Amino acid sequence: MKRSREKIVKWLLIGITVIFLLFMLVLPMVEVIYRALKDGLETYKTALTAKNTLSALRVTLIATVIALTVNTILGIIMAWQVTKFDFKGKNILSTLIDIPFSISPVIAGLAFIMTFGRSGWAKPVIDGINNALGTDIVLVFSVPAVVLATIFVTFPFISREIIPILHAQGRTEEEAAALMGASGMTIFRKVTFPHIKWGLVYGMILCTARAFGEFGAVYAVSKARGKTFTLPLEVDALYMSGTADSITQAFAVSSLLVGMAVIVLILKNIVEYRGKSKKSV
Amino acid sequence: MYVEMKGICKKFGNYEAAKNISFDIEKGKLVALLGPSGSGKTTILRILAGLETQDEGDVIIEGKVINDIPASKRGIGFVFQNYALFRYMTVYDNIAFGLKVQKMSKEKVHERVMEMISLIGLCGLEKRYPDQLSGGQRQRVAFARAIAPNPQLLLLDEPFAAIDAKVRKELRSWLKEMIRKVGITSIFVTHDQEEAVEVADDIIIINEGNLEQMGTPSEIYKHPETPFVANFIGTSIVLSDLSGFKGFEEIEKGKKVIVRPEFVEAFKSDNKKFHDLIPAAEEGVIEKIEFRGSYLEVTLKVGDVRLVTNRSLERRSISVGEKMYVLLHRIYVFDEGTAQRYKNSLLKDVDIELM
Ligand SMILES: Nc1ncnc2c1ncn2[C@@H]1O[C@H](COP(=O)(O)OP(=O)(O)OP(=O)(O)O)[C@@H](O)[C@H]1O
Ligand SMILES: [Mg+2]
Repeated sequence: MKRSREKIVKWLLIGITVIFLLFMLVLPMVEVIYRALKDGLETYKTALTAKNTLSALRVTLIATVIALTVNTILGIIMAWQVTKFDFKGKNILSTLIDIPFSISPVIAGLAFIMTFGRSGWAKPVIDGINNALGTDIVLVFSVPAVVLATIFVTFPFISREIIPILHAQGRTEEEAAALMGASGMTIFRKVTFPHIKWGLVYGMILCTARAFGEFGAVYAVSKARGKTFTLPLEVDALYMSGTADSITQAFAVSSLLVGMAVIVLILKNIVEYRGKSKKSV
Repeated sequence: MYVEMKGICKKFGNYEAAKNISFDIEKGKLVALLGPSGSGKTTILRILAGLETQDEGDVIIEGKVINDIPASKRGIGFVFQNYALFRYMTVYDNIAFGLKVQKMSKEKVHERVMEMISLIGLCGLEKRYPDQLSGGQRQRVAFARAIAPNPQLLLLDEPFAAIDAKVRKELRSWLKEMIRKVGITSIFVTHDQEEAVEVADDIIIINEGNLEQMGTPSEIYKHPETPFVANFIGTSIVLSDLSGFKGFEEIEKGKKVIVRPEFVEAFKSDNKKFHDLIPAAEEGVIEKIEFRGSYLEVTLKVGDVRLVTNRSLERRSISVGEKMYVLLHRIYVFDEGTAQRYKNSLLKDVDIELM
């Protein structure tokens, strides 16, 4: 009697989950692909090779690659700092790292404009640097702005992934290595890195996924379609122009993002699997 | 003089973990740092190794002040309480690590690692990872890893803490023998007095960040210099009133008195050996008898006072409620922080060491 009740509950819960995922995630995804291909492959191809789409793809890739590189390096340094050393203000620092998680991306973007924009306080500093170096860096409504916004929203992913691992591992292995005369770099490569390797890759994947898809922060600092738009912005622009053609194109471009997401998901699963099986060695 | 600490003080926030610690250790000695949990033993070891910086005082090795030399340049071997083996390296690589850091040639590294592995008796296990080893095996690897680079000084932080009682005993004598064989000055931390007494040449007793006493095990046992040491070493009973006990009439009431089982002798009234001592003995009743493996722990009630003595299993059998003569031949009395030994005044002419 009791057993069958348990069974019913179990299947009920599974059912709810499946139905939820189906309606909220799978069907919309399928819908995107379906809509993208509705008018035939030819239209699909045209949409993907449109000048604006290619530009958006380029900006997205640039932003993602740079954000990933910067955040990987910074993430490792910050996580190492917070876990392996004692210093004043350590708690404040580790709280600061989380800010991008708790702040709305749009606000982050707007804050950038307030800081670096025409009336922002940092504007003279940037101008000064540009004058001195003969460069022409603009930090709002430009590709560098998009890159910065992307870095901002994605930067906690990697450090947040490694900090718990480093915490759990403690410091004694590093201390043991240091006592044997190893340099900081050797200690990191030989002792610390093997611990964080899979966590790091996992964090990098999450960071990449988020960088591809970021909308809010980028939206605030990017206004020139065909120049500084990223894929999500391009999708939005196409959709908003409201003609039947442009809506189909919007879905075509969306399908690119869906494709990237699927690849990332697969990678993520492989890494999770490897990370787990590695532990049992 | 090989290792010396001079006036070492260390605070964590407001907490004084080491208060003016000074000691010196001769070359080749095996010294135990003994004290209750939280007394500052690990802190002292870490300051010596350079993993922690003292607020005041000097660490001196071979006559040189090494306060400013970082841990990595001190050439000290350290065995951590939890071993801290490199989890992602094999036994071989763990032991080889310190040698490779010294840029030793590959053949030399191999030779030394294999020498170490056979020294610790783990031949054939060099390809294993730490979590494929038993606690005792890990302990040995940690030891081999620490001594492979030929450190001048070896520090061990509770090297046996994570090992069960039986293996612990084996490893203890193993380690003592190894350290003798390698001939390296060593300091090991423990909170187990039996371990300290059994293994060490000298014992340093630490309590609440203070160095209470340093000396050989028998010195510390026979001449405790502070109430803490007298109480901490051996099993002791603390009494506050011995007035009325034969032979101790001169002890003032209210003074803190410590009695060890070895200071108490209980015998039956028809015992020939102790017959002459009956005038110096009190009458008591056996209250409790506990079997302790190789002896009996007997609790006797004498007046209002409870005393404990150990009784050999070779002697005649006794039972609870039985009347016995109880002879107290020695006590420690504490007065203003110093410990004094008192002998039963009625035994003045008897050599109690011979009993
Ligand atoms: N990094 C630290 N920050 C703050 N307090 C500390 C720190 N390290 C040690 N202490 C404190 O200093 C005191 C001595 O610590 P220590 O680790 O030296 O004790 P111990 O004698 O090794 O004890 P145990 O036998 O339990 O290992 C303890 O009260 C401990 O709480
Ligand atoms: Mg300790």
